[in-house]
Amino acid sequence: MTDQQSHRRPVLELQNVHKAFAGLVAVEDFSLDLHAGEIVALVGDNGAGKSTLVKMISGVHAPTSGTIRLDGEDVSFADASVARSRGIEVVYQDLALADQQPVYMNMFLGREAVRGPLHLLDRKTMIEQTQTLVDELDVRIPSARAIIRDLSGGQRQGVAIARATRWAKKLILLDEPTAALGVAETDKVEKIITTLKERDIAILIISHSLDQVFRLSDRICVLRRGVQIGVRETAATDKNEIVSMITGVS
Amino acid sequence: MEGLRSITRKLDLQHYVVYLGFLAIFAFFAITLSGDGFLTTRNLSNIVLQTAPATIMAIGFVFVLSAGEIDLSFGSITAVSALAGAVVMQDFPMVIGIAAGLGAGLAIGFFNGLLVAYLRLPSFLVTLATLGLFAGLARSMTNLRSIPVINDAFTGFFGSGALFGIPSLILWTLGAVIIGHLIYRETRFGAHVIATGDNPGAARVSGIKVPRIRLAVLMISGGCAGLAGLLYAGRLQAAKYTLGESDLMTVIAAVIVGGTALNGGKGSVVGALVGSLLMGMLNNGLILMGLSVSDQMIVRGLIILIAVAISLRDTGR
Repeated sequence: MTDQQSHRRPVLELQNVHKAFAGLVAVEDFSLDLHAGEIVALVGDNGAGKSTLVKMISGVHAPTSGTIRLDGEDVSFADASVARSRGIEVVYQDLALADQQPVYMNMFLGREAVRGPLHLLDRKTMIEQTQTLVDELDVRIPSARAIIRDLSGGQRQGVAIARATRWAKKLILLDEPTAALGVAETDKVEKIITTLKERDIAILIISHSLDQVFRLSDRICVLRRGVQIGVRETAATDKNEIVSMITGVS
Repeated sequence: MEGLRSITRKLDLQHYVVYLGFLAIFAFFAITLSGDGFLTTRNLSNIVLQTAPATIMAIGFVFVLSAGEIDLSFGSITAVSALAGAVVMQDFPMVIGIAAGLGAGLAIGFFNGLLVAYLRLPSFLVTLATLGLFAGLARSMTNLRSIPVINDAFTGFFGSGALFGIPSLILWTLGAVIIGHLIYRETRFGAHVIATGDNPGAARVSGIKVPRIRLAVLMISGGCAGLAGLLYAGRLQAAKYTLGESDLMTVIAAVIVGGTALNGGKGSVVGALVGSLLMGMLNNGLILMGLSVSDQMIVRGLIILIAVAISLRDTGR
């Protein structure tokens, strides 16, 4: 993190966030600041509470206690659509794309552009904007009109990330963005994620691949069984330390 | 250039299937039945007039299938709506009769939709149940008798009338196809219906109110079936519990052959129109060929099987 960034107010602040499901603690006491243009990785074993955390930030679950601040303002999202309207986008592990529809309709899913007094779909605008964005992010797809089903896994994830980029104003949450991809496709998706930094968006990424975490992130946050073990600057730590934090074995 | 490319893209294989099938069957009947009056204007326009109610039911069915649901009850809705309209018009003016017919259709669609969208019951089972429920109701309400419709304005408006020389049934069909196509292809609502059928999870996280879409498509189907019931009542100048009873297979076949995916996410209103005309033409041609009713059923079943197999194979499903 540069000095300039550390002096700016964080985009997202989580303070003593606690979540329990019917008395079962999922996330103990979590605090984290996220700054624009920063990539923070969230790591931990299965059941460590990573997904619960993402769901709280994206408004799917409300925290049992603690505060979430967006741009310094306390927020409690009633549901995911409220979080989205505040500029938070999630790229899901299972993609959340409509397979039989073209890329441009997925890009605008639920937020289709319309024109004229009858509010008819404005396909031209949607296609143009989609094409511009996939070109900028270098997502190599045959065309904005291509059907999702005809694309490779990497191309699909590229589309999903492009969609999040199109709509995110503040924060993108990436939940295992390359879990289902091969080596070359993972490489491609990581390149796209790196370019997002330049757009001054904060990024929180969940990943099981430590190699990937070290390639992409500025900071690494470790969770173990719902407890926040610690946050490390990526440049100032190594895999051994992170692994021992994840497993609790030193 | 842009427009031309989008037109050629829309004409993918499934669309070809229904158009080619239509042309092939048309050519077959035109040749084999050239002496039997198949090609007369009168016969051809009869085909269009007779398929009008089925076409309108098919438009509703496109919406339901595209959203990943199914409606088996539209035939019963057609009968109940026709009967409601006919009964009300015995004592009240036409407008109230129309409102009663359409209202009955929308109400049953709303009932189906509530059970499917908010109680999360499978639409197949819900509408299978309401199919039987309302068919029985239509029978018991009327003691199996037919209700005459003597309101001339109504029978003209929905049946035998014409505007600028174009029969009203054709105008209803055209109007319904154009409006249905516009809503389906060119509005956000249509896009949300298709997205819901394609991937409900993706639709939900994209902020689409999935239950509302499911309720809406079943109401559209109910409303279309209600309108079809009024058209039947207008054309036949009577309403009976049997109306719409035999349309289930025809309409489903018309819609599938017309390029609508059986499990949602893809469809075509114009395809459903052509599919419906194809079914009507088949019906007409087989009668003119002199086939017995049982032979007609066999041949029609086989042809539908072939047509559906071809159109499904092309979608890769």
